[in-house]
Order: sequence, then C-alpha cells, then structure tokens
Amino acid sequence: MANIEIDGKHYEVKEGENLLEAILGLGLDLPYFCWHPAMGSVGSCRQCAIKVYQDENDTRGKILMGCMTPAKDGMRIGLEEEQVSDFRDHCIEVTMANHPHDCPVCEEGGECHLQDVTIMSEHTTRRYRGKKKTYENQYLGPCINHEMNRCITCYRCVRFYKDYAGGKDLAAMASRENTYFGRHEDGCLESIFSGNLVEVCPTGVFTDKTLARSYNRKWDLQTAPSICQGCSLGCNIAPAERQGKIKRITNRYHGEINGYFICDKGRFAYDHINSDLRLRDCFVENEKTSYDEALQHTVKLIGEAGSCIGFGSEKASMEENLLLKALVGSKNFCSGMPAAREQQLKEVLNIYKNARTELISLKALEACDCILVLGEDLMASAPRMALSVRQATRNLSFELADQTRIPRWQDEAVRTLAQNERSPLIMATVSGSELDEIASEKIHAAPAQLTAFGFAVAASLEGKTCLPEIAETLAGELTEKAKSVAAQLRTAKKPLIIGGCSLNSLALIQACGQIATALSRARSNGTVFKTPVSFVLPEVNSLGLALLLDDHTLKLEEAVQKGSEKAAIFLRADIYKHLPFEVAEKMFSSISSGISFSELPNRTADKCKINFPAASFVEQEGTVVNNEGRAQRYFEVYAQANPSIKEGWRNLLNIAKGIQGSLAQAKPLAELACFDDVSHFVRNSAPVFSTWDQVAPDSKFRIAGMKIPRQPHRYSGRTSLQANIKVAENKAPEDSDSPLGFTMEGAPTQRPPALNALTWSPGWNSNEAINKFQDEIGGHLRGGDPGVLLLREKQGEDLQFSFTKAQSAELVAVSQSRLFDSCELTVLSAALVQRADIRVAMLGEATAHKLGIQDGDLINIKVGKDGISLPALIDRSVPENLVSIPNDIHTQNELSAALLPAPCQIVRAVS
Amino acid sequence: MRILYLIYDYIVSNVKSVWDVFSHTFTKADTVEYPDEMPYLAPRFRGRIVLTRDPDGKERCVACNLCAVSCPTDCISLQKAEDETGRWYPEFFRINFSRCVYCGLCEEACPTYSIQLTPDFEMAEYNRQNMVYEKEHLLINGTGKYPNYSFYNVSGKAVSGRKKGEGVNEAPPVDVKSLLP
Repeated sequence: MANIEIDGKHYEVKEGENLLEAILGLGLDLPYFCWHPAMGSVGSCRQCAIKVYQDENDTRGKILMGCMTPAKDGMRIGLEEEQVSDFRDHCIEVTMANHPHDCPVCEEGGECHLQDVTIMSEHTTRRYRGKKKTYENQYLGPCINHEMNRCITCYRCVRFYKDYAGGKDLAAMASRENTYFGRHEDGCLESIFSGNLVEVCPTGVFTDKTLARSYNRKWDLQTAPSICQGCSLGCNIAPAERQGKIKRITNRYHGEINGYFICDKGRFAYDHINSDLRLRDCFVENEKTSYDEALQHTVKLIGEAGSCIGFGSEKASMEENLLLKALVGSKNFCSGMPAAREQQLKEVLNIYKNARTELISLKALEACDCILVLGEDLMASAPRMALSVRQATRNLSFELADQTRIPRWQDEAVRTLAQNERSPLIMATVSGSELDEIASEKIHAAPAQLTAFGFAVAASLEGKTCLPEIAETLAGELTEKAKSVAAQLRTAKKPLIIGGCSLNSLALIQACGQIATALSRARSNGTVFKTPVSFVLPEVNSLGLALLLDDHTLKLEEAVQKGSEKAAIFLRADIYKHLPFEVAEKMFSSISSGISFSELPNRTADKCKINFPAASFVEQEGTVVNNEGRAQRYFEVYAQANPSIKEGWRNLLNIAKGIQGSLAQAKPLAELACFDDVSHFVRNSAPVFSTWDQVAPDSKFRIAGMKIPRQPHRYSGRTSLQANIKVAENKAPEDSDSPLGFTMEGAPTQRPPALNALTWSPGWNSNEAINKFQDEIGGHLRGGDPGVLLLREKQGEDLQFSFTKAQSAELVAVSQSRLFDSCELTVLSAALVQRADIRVAMLGEATAHKLGIQDGDLINIKVGKDGISLPALIDRSVPENLVSIPNDIHTQNELSAALLPAPCQIVRAVS
Repeated sequence: MRILYLIYDYIVSNVKSVWDVFSHTFTKADTVEYPDEMPYLAPRFRGRIVLTRDPDGKERCVACNLCAVSCPTDCISLQKAEDETGRWYPEFFRINFSRCVYCGLCEEACPTYSIQLTPDFEMAEYNRQNMVYEKEHLLINGTGKYPNYSFYNVSGKAVSGRKKGEGVNEAPPVDVKSLLP
C-alpha cells in the first residue's frame, strides 16, 4: 500500500499501480481515452495529465501522464490544479479540432466517452478555424458500422482487436496524421469478438449496425440484468428494449466471468426474440384458443391419462425444469437430453465435486500458466473462454516483465519485451482451431486418440508407462508428446485442464478427470493440490439440469416410449434433435397427448396436441447454472403484452393448480403463488441449492422503500409513445415477481450488482462508467459479483478411470462445433446469418485422396440408416480416416449429431 | 402624525384608487376582441410546435431524440429511420399536445433548427385524442425562423449524394495510400 496526497487530501492506494487507475479507483474523475482497464496503458492520448511533486520540498512539480506513472508512497499529486486542467483542456481541444459536428446523427451520442471527456475537461469552444479532416468509410460487415471521421486516434480498437483478441484484419494504416483504422479492403470483420469494438471505441467510429436498424439512444432503452443463452459460460449481458422489441445487447460487467468483453454471438444473436416466426397463440389440435381454454384442455388431458411424462430442457431455467420434475414426479421426468450426454454431464459433475479438482472462473483462468485443452474447439463452443485462454498465454510475458521490473500495465513495453514468448498452451483437438496459432503444442487426432493421449499424459504424470492398448492407439509421436505435456503440467505454477462435451465422448471427459487426479497426486506435497479443471458444456443450463438427474430419471428413449401411453409435456425441447430420425418419427406417431411449450415452431411442437407459446429469456425471470456451477438470475426486460405468453414457471404452476385434485404431487406446487415461492421451493428441494436465496435479492427487496427502475431516469416519450392508440396514459405494468419496476422511478444509486443493468454515473454516460461500480479497477463489482457457486462441497475419494480401446473403424464421423451455426440464434439474426459459415464436411487430404473426393464435391455421409449430404472441404488439419460434420445438422430426416462420433461411410453424391 | 396617516389611509388612498379606475375609461384598451380581432404575437411566441425543412426542401429533423429527452412532460416521441443515402429521419414523430407546456426546451435542444415553436395557440379540441399530432400534422413546407441553415452541410457525414469532404469547411478525404510528408 502507498499513501499518496491528491489535492491536499490523503489516500491509500496500491503500490505500483498506475495513477490513473488509482485515481479512478478512489472514485475521483480523471479524463482518459487510450487506457483501458483490461488492456493497460500506452500513454498515447495525453488526456490524463496530472501534476506530480517529488517530495515535501518540491514546489514546482511536473506534468506527467497518470496512466504511465506508478504510484509510490509519499507522492503528492495535483489533479485539479490550474496548470494541469489547462493542459487537459488544450489536449482535448486539439483532439476535437477535426471531430465532425455529427453527434445528432451518431449512434454513440448519449453514451459517448468523447462527449463525457470533453465536458469533464471543460472544453467548450472550437477555436481552430481550419478545414476539418475527412476520411472515406469502409464496409465492415453486417454488425459494425464504420465512420472514420469521428476517430481520435487513441488506438484502442487495434489494441483490442489485434493484441487482445488476436484478430488479423484490422490495423492502423497510413502515415503521419493521416492514421486510418480499418481493413485492407472493404469486407466483414473476421474476428468473433469484433462487436466489442463498439464498446471499446471511445467515440462513434465503430457502432452497432444492428441497433442502427431501429435506433434508440441509451437513455430510451429499458434494460434488466440478463444472462447470455448462447453457450454454457453464462456471460452477463444487458438486453435493451423499446416498444416491445429487443434493440440490442451489450456487455454487463461481471468480475469473474465476462469482464469487459463478450463474443459476437452473445451480442448480435437477438433477432429470434423479435422474430415474426415466434409462436404467439395457444393452439389445441391446431385450433387457436385462449390461454385459459388451452390450460383447461391440458388439465383434462393429464387428468384422463392419470399421469404425465415431463421432458425438460438444457435451454430452460432451473425453476422450469425443477417445477416440471416436481409436477410429473421424478419417475416420470426425463431431461430431454440423449442418454450419452446425460452420462457425460454426470461425469463432469463427478469430476467437479472431487476433492482433487478446483473449479475456476474465467477470471481465474487468465492466471493459469499452462493449459491443456482436450477435444474442444473453444472458439466455436465457448468463445469467451477462448479469449481468456489467449490472455492466459500472456502470463509468461508478465513474468518476464516482473523480472525486468516493467509494470504489467505498461502494455506496449510488455508486449515488445515478450515478442512471441507465450505460456504453454496445448491444443489437442480434432482439427485446426484459431487458438492453434498461440499454442505451444498442437495435436490433431481422432476422439479415440485424444482420449488415449489424455490417459497417456495421466500415466506419465503418475510415473507409469502407459498401457499397451493406449500406446497402440496412439501414434508413436504422440506418446512422446504426452510425456513432455505431463512435464509441463507438473512444473507449471497453475496448470489447467479444459475438456468438454462437444465431441460427445464420455471417455474424453474421463481422460480429463484422470489427468486432473494424476496431476493432483503428482503435485500433492502434504496438502492436496487441487487441479484446476473446466468443462465446456453444450447449453446454457446443462449443468443445472444435470444437478436434477437422479436414479429415477427416465432415459430419452424410455421416456418417449412411456409418453405414448400417457400425456407428455415438452418444455422448450425439440426431441427430434437428439434421436435418429426414424426412431423419433416412429415414437412420435404414437404420442397422442403431447403438450409443448416452445418459442419457435419445431418438429416436436408440430406433433403435439396442445401448443403453448413460451416466453423468451427476456420475457421472464429464471436462473441458469453455468459451466462453473454458478447459479445466475436473469430478469424480465419488458412486460409481455400478449396474455398467451406467460413465464415458463407460471405455466407449470397453473397446470399444477388445475390438476391438483387428480395428481397428488401437484398439490405442493399449487400452493406456490409467485416467483419468490418458486425460489424457496428450489432452495428446499435439495441440499445443493441451500444457498439459492443468495442468487439475487427477492421481490421484496427495496432501497429506501423504492424498487429498482428498469428505465434510465431520462427515459423519454412516456406521455406520447402510446398516445396514438390512447391519449390517456396507461398505468405502467407491475412486476410483483422481482424487485425491478417497469418505470423510470425508483432507487437511483447503490443498486446491488445482481439487479443493475445500467452502467451510468453522473458525468459518465458511456460504459466507461463501470469504474464507479467496481471495488477496484478491473476487479469485482462492489457488493460482490452476482451469482452463487453451487458446487462447493467436495467428495473425498480418488477418481480412477480406465481406458477402453475403441473399436477401430475405417472411417469415423465426428461432430464439428461452429459458432455461427444453423440454429435459430444465428439463422434468425439478420446480421449473423450473413456471417454464418457454409455447412461443410471436413476431410483430411489423405482421406479425400483415398476416396477420390475433390474440394467442393457433394458427398453423402451415412451413419447406419441416417445420412447427410454436404459439400466436402479438404482441410490439412483433419487427421486421417476422419470426417468432421457440423453438429447443428438435423433438418428433416438428416443424421442427428447425437449419434456422433460413429463409424460412417462416404459416397460421392451424383449431382 | 398618526391622525395624518389615518386620513391618508382611509380617505386619500381610496379617492386615488377611484380616480385611477375611472381614468382608465378614457385610455386605449390592451385587450382585443378575440376571436373577431387577432392579437399581435411576436415571432418568438411559444405556441404550436412545427417541424421545418431545409432550404432545399428536405426534412430537417434527423431523429436525434434531443427534443424528446429535454421535454419535461415527456410528450415527444419519435423513432429514427435511415434512408438509402444514410440520411437520418424520423419514422414517426408524435407530440401529445395535451401534455405539452410550451416551454420551448425542445426548440432550444434541437441541433438542426428543425423543431420550432410558432405564434399559434388556437389548438383547443373537444376530444383530447385530437391533441395528438403526428409528423404529417407537424411538418411544414418551409424553414421557419432560420432560413439558411442546413445541418447536413456542416455535419461531416456523407448523405444525399454529398460525398465526404464536400461539406462546409471540410478538406477532401485523406489519401491513406500516400506516404508523402
């Protein structure tokens, strides 16, 4: 700690942190542009000037840049002195000399850091009378708009895009004062993190094109805390709504998960909520009915059948799944997942709960200095994690910086010092991943070989020679590699094993468990070394659903069979996705009493007798559990006006109320009236949920008797927006299920992080205001990062998995994760659909040659009876005898990805 | 002294008041016989709100939302749209005059001189719903009080066929490929 004096007042700050960070951390205001808490300092904008005095006797002092000066004990600093505020005023005046006069038609206006800093620096009049510099713009794709005139050359965009996120196609170009930030030619920005430029750019050079379609200012957008539904990481987001439409999604800071950045899928995939394809009415036998009528039919149907099978979903919240399980009884509950996936998730839970492992957040992941990724293409299955892995490989450069006594925040210096030196990252995947370029070791092999590799690493860690069947499966070179990987894991300060479900292989997950156990044993020295592990799971609430599985839970096939005799409830689940087409088709032909809740039309819903439209995640509250076991709450962003679309948990309670006479287990549910009751029900349902109350404050939470407003305090058009329909204002919708209100009135400050989606502070209209909400810059949110870690309890016994040799097959089809796939999140997003890759089957050169397949040939891949036709793409990174096909296949009678990996046959389709 | 004060208070001041009132019988009246005769309203009188046009006849409003946010009664609402040339315009522009207090803050906030208050106050309606004005009721065919201003000429944005560098006080676009000093 260092004691420093700022304008005569004494403060305590961290020794060695830069003064800008220290000053902002104290809650004081100091303008800046180029510094970013996640990216460090480069000192290029000269805006954070402060006066620094050497000691007591120094009366002159000198002007230094806050972001480039480390805090030392006994420092005296002038922040508001005339000389420095004049300096800052002149700096911003020069910065603004060429800035266009287009704030009214700029999407950044109202949340612009440049506007804030201009006002903070007290610059008012432009004295320069020369001509303003102009630039031509570029087309940067469907997501990002480019308006280069507004640039203030702070270099933040390229520092984020290239240095931080590893993008290749954005650079600072041209010479002297003509600096141009863009691509080498017009075209879509390739990085899947390009959306963050919108928030990183302090002004309006890069803006959100999807928001511009129907633009509203930040002050006009109603927001609520939410959780991204794109993958299992559970990034915190803030969807924003006006007039019943989601207009955009922005990052919502979470100190342990997403920090300042989210991926493009999280940011731009929201059109499915506004889609015209959404189901909006209840249907009974294809006839439109009212909600109440459909409910009566449902109750009658279940009453007649006597019992009911419930199909849960990984995409539904904990509350919905748990209520469904309680409603139908645990013997009639099915997770809606294929049996193989259930097993994988159970194994993941098993490894997570083991005393030899440690669950780590993405923030903690960034501190790991040796990472082994086994079988996951993180850029596709968990992009935000890939970004964290990229930062983790920089730990070596930080070590080098520490040795040369360069502060870690001296971004440019640290990068120059480290050059291409990176901490070890071992990428063991099926085919090439974008992370390969920063990997110290890249291995491309079939899932069976990857598993063998994992077991070989574990054996090497335990000092054993690997079993003959492992050595047999592995090619000779990989056995040596396994030894070197084991040595690296053993010597690393903080190693990490990343696994996942993308390849649909239980053995691969067990291999990760085996490595974790072996590493822990090898490194335990008196105290147990807990190996950090992290698994990438298929969906947003996969782990939560896995927590509900018990011995009674029905397997999918069993459940479908049983469902043909009874009534069946399908909760946001398209069963067709998880079964071979013929099996699904046959089984559904016998289900006569299906009840579906779905947002969008799907084949399961088509086969159901009663259809309810489901609320999307922004129209209801719920809790999801991410891959780290963190339960996080999302809230209703706007009140759904359609009376047929009700919250998922309310639908189930309504059914329970109707059926309580004939179904005994429905009785306790019928007594639940509101969301708080449901939360208490979840808390009491199992010991693992004992901390459920801490996920987020309940609906009775108030600040000084006030609710927390969803609308910013400058929300406009209140008396006019609906006036064309009815001039007398309607009462604002009430929300009795959460402490948030649908108005602009309520607690202006001190909102708990779990309830706050608005990053705003007086004078700080842009997202840079987040520094006013953190306990330290780049740290946790004040009041604690939202969410509760559920998996705290550890079990003692050692994990021991055995390797079983897979049956050898001539040709194996494996599933390939794609970020912008053909699921509704991408396909219905007008912007992302343009960035979606073409679905291709990837083959290695040797395999293609053997089969006589050329690049672009249409090939037919057959697994058992199911098949799929795809164009072939010959990719050098794909190992021999392997074909990698997209995991989002499954339209009509196509092959289900749930069957993969499996032996297959390829024939060239005759075109 | 007190006596003198009482005399003034009870007698002289009353007589003076009566005198003042009756003397007005012979002065010119300030009130006019409205509606037979219209009063004079200065050009800066704050009455009915209009949306004006650029000197070249294009809609001035760029849907920046500053009027809406400055409105103390929140009676203005609009939605931004963009034409094929990149020019912003309001898709709808609605003022609920039954809430408007004619404070003029919207006019003050407007960066394009689009929204202006006019010397017209005859807006009474029997049905309150008719006080809701849409863009077609608000938009006039003229520049209002500011005849020569056109926002897009000085904005630096390329719109309506005007390329980068063709606006007022703008240098031609930077040649990024040039390496000359």
